[in-house]
Amino acid sequence: MMNPKLRYRLVKSKSVEWIIVLFAFLITVPLIAIIFFVLKTGISKISWHFFTNIPKPVGEAGGGIANALVGSLLIVLVAALIAVPIGILCGIYLSENKDSKLASYSRLAVDVLQGTPSIVTGIVIYFWLVKPLGTFSAVSGSVALAIMMLPIVIRSTEETLKLLPSSLKEAGLALGLPYHKVILRVVVPCGFSGILSGVMLSVARIAGETAPLLFTAFGNPYISTNVLKPMQSLPLLIFNYATSPYEEWHDLAWGASLILLIWVLLLNITTKLITRKWKVQL
Amino acid sequence: MESTIISSKNFNAYFGANHVVKNVSIEIPQNNIIAVMGPSGCGKTTYLRCINRMHELIPGATTEGEMKLHKDNIYEMNPILVRLRIGMVFQRPNPFPNLSIYDNVIAGYKLNGMKLQRAERDNIVEGSLRKAALWNEVKDTLHKKGTFLSGGQQQRLCIARAIAMEPEVLLLDEPTSALDPISTASVEELLFDLKKNYTLVLVTHNMQQAARVSDKTAFFYLGELVEYDKTKEMFTNPKDNRTQSYITGRFS
Ligand SMILES: Nc1ncnc2c1ncn2[C@@H]1O[C@H](COP(=O)(O)OP(=O)(O)OP(=O)(O)O)[C@@H](O)[C@H]1O
Ligand SMILES: [Mg+2]
Repeated sequence: MMNPKLRYRLVKSKSVEWIIVLFAFLITVPLIAIIFFVLKTGISKISWHFFTNIPKPVGEAGGGIANALVGSLLIVLVAALIAVPIGILCGIYLSENKDSKLASYSRLAVDVLQGTPSIVTGIVIYFWLVKPLGTFSAVSGSVALAIMMLPIVIRSTEETLKLLPSSLKEAGLALGLPYHKVILRVVVPCGFSGILSGVMLSVARIAGETAPLLFTAFGNPYISTNVLKPMQSLPLLIFNYATSPYEEWHDLAWGASLILLIWVLLLNITTKLITRKWKVQL
Repeated sequence: MESTIISSKNFNAYFGANHVVKNVSIEIPQNNIIAVMGPSGCGKTTYLRCINRMHELIPGATTEGEMKLHKDNIYEMNPILVRLRIGMVFQRPNPFPNLSIYDNVIAGYKLNGMKLQRAERDNIVEGSLRKAALWNEVKDTLHKKGTFLSGGQQQRLCIARAIAMEPEVLLLDEPTSALDPISTASVEELLFDLKKNYTLVLVTHNMQQAARVSDKTAFFYLGELVEYDKTKEMFTNPKDNRTQSYITGRFS
């Protein structure tokens, strides 16, 4: 005969365990539901034609999203070119100067920047770049996106480098390496996989941002590679076409949604794989 | 007559307000092995790190007094040059985790951007690993990461890395504390060999080791240099009763 008190505790422990497992499963439900729904609606709209053509005028069937694909790639690339070097350097500074006044001030700024609504960033860039330049442009969109990438790159760089033992730096210094070489050739390579994963996640994060592009990159029905001119992007296309009254445009929006979703998923998965493969075993 | 290679006079080291090395005056003769002994926390590591100017890298750490390499004041030299001439092996092995065994050995050249011919590189790697008594164990796995080695092997890799730079002085902070008796013996043999070309300062807790390899021994206690003498003299006839208590094991 089991002690009833013990029995009660065992039952309680088991049920709590089940509840935890249940919730762990539940959080995957929204993701699976979204993927399933977008896949179901979007897959039939996708064909080779879809990738190589630009949208057809209203009323004509067919058309593709080539302009948005090219535009999204370019805008994100330029955003990364701006944000990655600045972000990594800033992250190095923060991890190297943990206690300085400037570091804590800068850390606070990074946190606030991370919390800034993207639409606010967009409108500020509108006043800073679009108005003075006199035209909507891809590069102003890239700047807005770069501002959103910065906190992610900075923080992941900082956290990665902070975890490296100080004995590593000392090993380099004791061999007569100057400080900057220790940073560039010892610290950064050892933290490379963490830094890279931060960069890739930040790209995944901004790939679908719409609000900051609304009044910067603006959109363009044609393929454009001039970063000083308006440019289409996937989220802009989805936003504009999904809210239009035309059936053909809705189809394009669904197809584009699926492409965007796959893009972000792939980025996340490759990040996981790459960081696992390139992780430096300490 | 042996010439002095390192000399400190009234040398002090601090961590903030914590006075850790107190008024240490010492003359280290060339091509000798100097053992530094003393109870845990007495400032051995700190003193060692003052010699190649690693101490000052810790925030809040300061020094005071005179420290010379030959005739030059170390604290007026470029710290990079000091560290190229005075190598160091740390208490805990710290090979570069992103580099292979091969690249770890020549890390001082490679990371500093000093160009070497292929053959020259191979020579340095093999020679240094042989001297560090590691060559036979790793000669077939030179391309593997240094961190895949055992702790003792890693420590010998760090020794190889330091001697690859051919420093004049080598500072060793308990280099054998993580080694088994056989690799300890081979490292001790190595120290003996190195003596011909280098001057060694060896922190050790192991009295037999100090007796076996060192020419002179410095005994530290609570940051002070209590006694500094020929090792034989120190172990058979200690002048200070703190030294005596230590070597007879009355405190550790
Ligand atoms: N990074 C540091 N910051 C502040 N104080 C330190 C630091 N490292 C050491 N100390 C202090 O300096 C004193 C001397 O330490 P040190 O490491 O030189 O001792 P040690 O003789 O090498 O001891 P052990 O035999 O245990 O290695 C200790 O009291 C310690 O508290
Ligand atoms: Mg120590």
